[in-house]
Amino acid sequence: MRRRAIPIFVSLAGACLLALLIYGVSAQSASRTLDEQVAEGRYPQAPGASHRLPALAGGSAISLASFRGKVVVLNFWASWCEPCQVEAPLLEHTQSQLERHDGTVLGVTYKDVSSDSLAFVHQYHLTYPNLRDGSGGFAHSYGTDQLPETFIINRQGRITAISRGEIDQAFLNRAITLAQSS
Amino acid sequence: MRGRARALLIVLALSAPAIPGAGATSASASTAEPGSLLPRIERQVMCVTCKIPLNVAESPQANREKVFIQELIGQGESEAQIKRALVAQYGATVLGLPGAHGFDLAAYLVPIAVVLALLGVLALLLPRWRREARGRASRASPSAALDASDAARLDADLARFD
Repeated sequence: MRRRAIPIFVSLAGACLLALLIYGVSAQSASRTLDEQVAEGRYPQAPGASHRLPALAGGSAISLASFRGKVVVLNFWASWCEPCQVEAPLLEHTQSQLERHDGTVLGVTYKDVSSDSLAFVHQYHLTYPNLRDGSGGFAHSYGTDQLPETFIINRQGRITAISRGEIDQAFLNRAITLAQSS
Repeated sequence: MRGRARALLIVLALSAPAIPGAGATSASASTAEPGSLLPRIERQVMCVTCKIPLNVAESPQANREKVFIQELIGQGESEAQIKRALVAQYGATVLGLPGAHGFDLAAYLVPIAVVLALLGVLALLLPRWRREARGRASRASPSAALDASDAARLDADLARFD
């Protein structure tokens, strides 16, 4: 009996380790659940809405929930990211338009030195609110791994469009119109 | 008993490198020369976008991270202070160490569990191996003794060489 117990125990332990490895790999990789839901037209609730993040320029922490009732263009960026530099003027222009229609661009910087992020804001004269995700936990809840990434959120706090990469004017026009009408 | 203790030492020695950070603590002395501090920190921290050690990373973010470390070294910060500053800016992932909660805890617990399991298996197997070895030895000893005719022949052969 004992002679058979050891191979069974070793096999079970090996299977457990393998299962742990598979779970670990799948849990650590960026989630694409949001993308799938948006692609199917099922607009998911924006995750981490109550997660309070400090404002980049200092002051009190803000959560996404405080923008409920507005169309939000949630943009993850960092100062070292070249596509982020390209799209910054576009986002600022969008902000000037959205302000008139009860909407806002909301920047979230992460994986970046805060002084560099602030310098970036000044360089591109960004007037929209920018938050700092120091731990990266908020970005991770969106499956964000690369920069820039942009999520369009409607007035009900649901994600209606996603861009994992640099955005352009055509994407913003289409996505914001959809968010305003949904 | 001595054999079992030796087996235990071997298992512990083999499993030590598997425990995360086991070897890293010795490298955290804060009295390093500024010139050697940069490469040492670069070896110990990660490029947070490319997810490889910073010393082999080449990307805009990695370059900025290197400059940031260099600035802190220039300000006379110690290794521990620089690491804390890196965590404050880039999050805990910059250290490349598993966290102490959730799934990450497995990185610390699994090696311990594996060592304990190996010790358990050894505790089961060693007595059996020793019993089997003793049994083989006792079975082998009667055949090793020479019978009377062989002993006489051996004596005769040896006498020829004298």
